[in-house]
Amino acid sequence: MPEAVADAPLPAPTLAHVLSPKLRTVRNRSRATESQRGAAWRWVLLVVIGAAFWAGVILVLVRLLRYFKNTPEIGALLAGKLLGLVFLSFFAILLLSNIITALSSYFLARDLDMLASAPVDWLTLYGAKLIETLVHSSWMVVLMAVPILAAYGYVYEGGVSFVLLALGTMLPYLIIPAAVGAALTLLLVNIFPARRTRDLLSVVTLLAVGALVVLFRLLRPEQLARPEGLRSLVDFIALLRTPTSPFLPSDWVQRAIMSALTDRLDVLPLYLLWSTAAAAVVLGAILHRALYAGGFSKAQESAQQWARSGALPRLGRMALAPLGTLRRELVCKEVRVFFRDTTQWSQLILLAVLVVVYVFNVKFLPLRGQGIGFMLVNIVPFLNLGLSGFVLASIAARFIFPSVSVEGRTLWLLKSSPLPMRELLWSKYWTGTLPLLGLALLIVGVTDALLQVSPFIYAVSVFSIMFLTFAVAGMALGLGAIFPRYESESAAQIPTSFGGLVFMLSSAVLIGAVVLLEARPVYSYLSQEAFGTVADPTDMVIGFALALAVCLAGTFVPLTVAVRRLDRLEL
Amino acid sequence: MIQLQGLTKRYGSFTAVDALDLDVPAGELFGFLGPNGAGKTTTLRMIAGILRPSSGTVRIGGIDVNANPTAAKAKLGYIPDRPFIYEKLSGAEFLRFVAGLYSQEGATVERRMDELLALFDLSEWKHELVESYSHGMRQKLIIASAFLHRPEVIVVDEPMVGLDPKAARILKDLFREYTRRGHTILMSTHTLEIAEDVCDRIAIIQGGRIRASGTVDELMASAAALGQHGLESYFLQLTGERAARELVEVLDA
Repeated sequence: MPEAVADAPLPAPTLAHVLSPKLRTVRNRSRATESQRGAAWRWVLLVVIGAAFWAGVILVLVRLLRYFKNTPEIGALLAGKLLGLVFLSFFAILLLSNIITALSSYFLARDLDMLASAPVDWLTLYGAKLIETLVHSSWMVVLMAVPILAAYGYVYEGGVSFVLLALGTMLPYLIIPAAVGAALTLLLVNIFPARRTRDLLSVVTLLAVGALVVLFRLLRPEQLARPEGLRSLVDFIALLRTPTSPFLPSDWVQRAIMSALTDRLDVLPLYLLWSTAAAAVVLGAILHRALYAGGFSKAQESAQQWARSGALPRLGRMALAPLGTLRRELVCKEVRVFFRDTTQWSQLILLAVLVVVYVFNVKFLPLRGQGIGFMLVNIVPFLNLGLSGFVLASIAARFIFPSVSVEGRTLWLLKSSPLPMRELLWSKYWTGTLPLLGLALLIVGVTDALLQVSPFIYAVSVFSIMFLTFAVAGMALGLGAIFPRYESESAAQIPTSFGGLVFMLSSAVLIGAVVLLEARPVYSYLSQEAFGTVADPTDMVIGFALALAVCLAGTFVPLTVAVRRLDRLEL
Repeated sequence: MIQLQGLTKRYGSFTAVDALDLDVPAGELFGFLGPNGAGKTTTLRMIAGILRPSSGTVRIGGIDVNANPTAAKAKLGYIPDRPFIYEKLSGAEFLRFVAGLYSQEGATVERRMDELLALFDLSEWKHELVESYSHGMRQKLIIASAFLHRPEVIVVDEPMVGLDPKAARILKDLFREYTRRGHTILMSTHTLEIAEDVCDRIAIIQGGRIRASGTVDELMASAAALGQHGLESYFLQLTGERAARELVEVLDA
């Protein structure tokens, strides 16, 4: 064999080259979408929704900020405080989102095998994945921040230089949580036993719950809401002047922006932002160099989890026996896959906390005491129905909407078997709907009991939330099948797709329609009870019947279309 | 047992499968032989009811797959080339789930499951989640699942990919025994040796059309009539000999 000749070293792939498949994927996907039927309508719909959202935020904020601006002494302080609170909330969201995304992009993504086996420099890999993590985690926050900053710039007449300042503050503000999140994930992956890497998300969720509590304490909303509790205006101004969280980037953003808008640009917060971002990236890179190879290798090791065959699964199978073999196996499969996927069940912890927070907020509503009449006590629970509906819709978006999409890679099995798609869809429907219904009845039942509503309102609330749950679940599953994302790497990405947006909008319309249709009969009843007017029974019947019809249509129409779509689906 | 009549699949202006006619009788192991992109997988997916034909019909045991999919698919077992299965189920749970799709359960299924797992050396992994299986183990599990409900017809796409020599040997024996018992198997492969080794009849497919079909002996005779020595040269002549010759030029360039 001839002796190998040492070739000149090949140039290492650049950061842009490593990122290029992602950019091309976005471009190709948008091209593929353009060539589909109805693509123009999708864009029109998205632009209209986006513009309406931005316009809404800008209008409300401009009104509020003008009011602040015209308030001497404390106006600017209040505007700054508000901006600080918004950016503090964003920071918490960004940090959590970056930790979760970094786990996926640095350790579990499908392109990592190829990148790890290619001669890609460690720093290039770190940079490429950091940018990927940052973009995936931050785009929603950026979409929210743009109208907020625009409103501030408009009211305080920031001009063109304000746009540059906003860009200059936002960029490091986004880089910091991305670098910190990636570093935290790296540490967690290395600390965790290899076979439990994928369970990291449950720990992250618990951390998030802790962070939520800390954040709530940092905000101290009760103090701002009750200035009369403070001894004097001086105390209130002193409170406003105290930075909420002086060591957090959100405070630096607020100080940089408000100083430029109200007085003269304070450059210290800008220095702090940029130097912290640079330090976070450098320290993150050092950590990456030291720990990534080991962590990545651990993350690739098999999970080696044994499926337990305890008493509970056996009982479950016995309980489901009346459904027949096919339906029982479908339901068992759904439940198993859900509870063994950490990315799915860990969201339940967060959900439980949100529900408790919601119920407690209702409990502390100031609905008792002098001047609070029968009408208000009963109207609030009725409006509570709409809010509970939105809570349920967001839960359905997380858990029911992705249900068909997650079958993507295994659809070959279902499609080549004699399983009718109708059976598959209805099994998924009931598996998702029954727990949702339990939760819905719990939320409405408990909040109504806490508010001590009249039996009539209680009955209306319970029946309405029941049929709303059926409809919301039907739309989630149906629209999830009509707008599937079979190629998604994790179920968590699916609700943020175009179909997810369509589902949330349709749910909002459905919930709004039901509340509106029931408003008249409920008002008639409450007027009769409070003022002795006579309620028209035809009015009541028509109102409730129409609401029921809307719910039934919401349940069956999307599911019927979805069954037809799945029957015609080609893989 | 498997009847294809004028089976065609078009993707826009591209025709992947072009008016295919085929009749595979019961008890036969039929092989689709062809290069990558010849239309083998598309044909198999149409037979399995995963893809809808642009025109033409597929009948399994006399039942039209598109007109009466549930009844036709009840007679079918499909083994895809890429082993994607539920990561979060154990091997045993996956097999039970597949049996359930064919409305089968109970002691018979459990016994057959154990036999098939033992046959493919998967007994020890029975209760372990699929996410920890290797590519070959997943492939073996899918093969086991296709035999679980004793289908009359098995459609299998590139069955030997990812299998170790022992499993490949077991699978060949299993295929032969299964067809000897009156069942039908239609398999696709791009490996000549496998087709020669196990198939009763072979069809060479290229550009979505059958270029030649018959037993190995019949194809050898056709090859000899054209002055070709052996199945390989005949296959290359039918499917693109030029490419094989250009290889030498590329390597020497």
